[in-house]
Amino acid sequence: MSDVTTDQGIPEPEGHTEVIDTDFEIGQDNVEGTVGPFGFDVHNPVFLISGLTIVAFVFYALVFQEQATAAFGALRPWLTGTFDWVFLTSANIFVLFCLFLIVSPWGSVRLGGADAVPDYSYSGWFAMLFAAGMGIGLMFFGVLEPVYHMAISQPLGVPSPFAEDGTIIDANVEAAKRMGLAATIYHWGLHPWAIYAVVALALALFSFNKGLPLTIRSAFYPIFGDRVWGWTGHVIDILAVFATLFGLATSLGFGAQQANAGLEHVFGIANNANVQVVLITIITGIALVSVLRGLDGGVKVLSEINMVLAALLLLFVLLAGPTMVIFSDFFAGLGTYATEIVALSNPIGREDTGYMQGWTSFYWAWWVSWSPFVGMFIARVSRGRTVREFIICVLIIPSLVCVLWMAVFGGVAIDQVLSDPTTSAVKAQVIDSYNPPISLFAMLEGLPLASITSTLGIVLVIVFFVTSSDSGSLVIDTITAGGKIDAPLPQRVFWCTFEGAVAIVLLLGGGLSALQAMVISTGLPFTFVLLLMCVAIVKGLAAEKNAVPPTAGGGS
Amino acid sequence: MFTKIMVPVDLAHQDKLTKSLECAAELARHFDIPVVYVGVTGTAPGATGHTPEEFASHLAEFAAAQAERSGISTAHHAIISHDPRVELDARLVHAAEEIGADLIVMEGHVPNVLDHFLPSDGGIVAKLAKATVMVVRN
Repeated sequence: MSDVTTDQGIPEPEGHTEVIDTDFEIGQDNVEGTVGPFGFDVHNPVFLISGLTIVAFVFYALVFQEQATAAFGALRPWLTGTFDWVFLTSANIFVLFCLFLIVSPWGSVRLGGADAVPDYSYSGWFAMLFAAGMGIGLMFFGVLEPVYHMAISQPLGVPSPFAEDGTIIDANVEAAKRMGLAATIYHWGLHPWAIYAVVALALALFSFNKGLPLTIRSAFYPIFGDRVWGWTGHVIDILAVFATLFGLATSLGFGAQQANAGLEHVFGIANNANVQVVLITIITGIALVSVLRGLDGGVKVLSEINMVLAALLLLFVLLAGPTMVIFSDFFAGLGTYATEIVALSNPIGREDTGYMQGWTSFYWAWWVSWSPFVGMFIARVSRGRTVREFIICVLIIPSLVCVLWMAVFGGVAIDQVLSDPTTSAVKAQVIDSYNPPISLFAMLEGLPLASITSTLGIVLVIVFFVTSSDSGSLVIDTITAGGKIDAPLPQRVFWCTFEGAVAIVLLLGGGLSALQAMVISTGLPFTFVLLLMCVAIVKGLAAEKNAVPPTAGGGS
Repeated sequence: MFTKIMVPVDLAHQDKLTKSLECAAELARHFDIPVVYVGVTGTAPGATGHTPEEFASHLAEFAAAQAERSGISTAHHAIISHDPRVELDARLVHAAEEIGADLIVMEGHVPNVLDHFLPSDGGIVAKLAKATVMVVRN
């Protein structure tokens, strides 16, 4: 007879969920086997087609380099210029949708079932979603963007504090400073996190509550029904793998160039392809160790280390810079963001097209093209949270951290530029010549202990790349294994290595910018995909209502 | 000699488990001791269950079927893991202590070159567990 010791390993029953009844069995389309000593368990045909398409595009970008650069180089600005209103309107919809979910009764639906317990503590959870999605951008744009918007791009027509001859026009200074920060915060605040939150919520809901496989296509079940298990779903998953891999590989390639520029600036290390290949190899190597140590032992630990290092750098800049000025900048920037957010997010009839199309529309396309990867990773680590808690923690808190970061780094940089324009290294690298990779180090130079903080900056750039690379490899592996999170380890090793290899090939052969432009172009079709996801979330939550026990009605 | 046997099972690959199941059943009859079947599942829906509870109930059915088939006393123990493929071995070692098993019988593959880089599950469990470990070659 069966002497039951049920659920000893499971802390408590997870409660009622509304599992969708479908004939699809998870893993039914998978092919299992071995190649030599390597075991594999992959989705047919998503794995093979994704892999082959990626190789084909790399080949195309190498062999027909000029043609590819011309085609995609023109495609991206054309899309973000022509469809700027689509990007801006959609991003606004995502923000409003998320805010609505916080206050709606559906906010108390718990991801993973009514009694599910959160998989991760707040600190571990928060570190992971931050490190995967945005960390590297903060390093790259924290100094560059506030200074650039203050002095050059003139959002909403706010005039530059610099006259043609380089002298400072005192009357323009205050407004330009505030707008420089607010216009940056706008790009790193509610809108990008709302884009990620929509994708993450859709995937978490349909996977943990509805029992569908953890893969992008599952979010479309309410719309396409059982067709998502056929080619409709294959195409969605393949597109997601494609965007994720090229997104990671091209930013890895560019990231290596940036880190190399930093190393040259700080230590005088040669700036050439050999050094960059070594950097990519190191980053990929650390990412490999991380994926082999797994989600808890590798990815989470590295993300937490990263957050501590970033916090140290932030604290140092805050204390070493003009602290009181930064605090007043923080509140002034936040206040301007609050008052100008409607004007900044207005999709039509704008005159500041340089800012709106060149920056905002570009960013929205970029965040959307990254959303399958970041969203799926956030989903995977968010089981056990209520919808309300989820949105608050994915939307509001990261936005505030970004605001603080931008206010500190941008505030110090703006202060340096305005207080001593003739000797400011930031002014030389951002305004007089446009040298983005150096901007952070130029700002740190103006503070004490520059050699230590610059080294910390380079380490952070590298580790932020590792934390994107390892979580990206896990995501791609899960999608190409048909939603299985327990596929054989060599598959993770394959995707992680493949990503590094694609980055190296494109770096040496050319084609990084062409393929990055192509990835960002996928932002347009994905924008419509995300709008459909909002519909799917509403349908999914509407069916979930009964899963909330009366005691949980109060919310998070 | 032994008081409880633990048998790790992969419900998705039951066809590959025949030898270790037979072996464990023989030992259980010989010593007249119970067998606990242990399964590790991820939090995301998988081939062996849409939710962790569904996985646990499948494991319970499996244990009951083994009891009927081999005429031994059985139990089951389900473990949820964030990353089952990586955490498997540590979770199994922990589970053996938790349920008080002093003999672990598990399936293992014939060693190959990859084992130098990614050690086999049986090898790691044998290295870490306090209980006696019997790796049955498939």
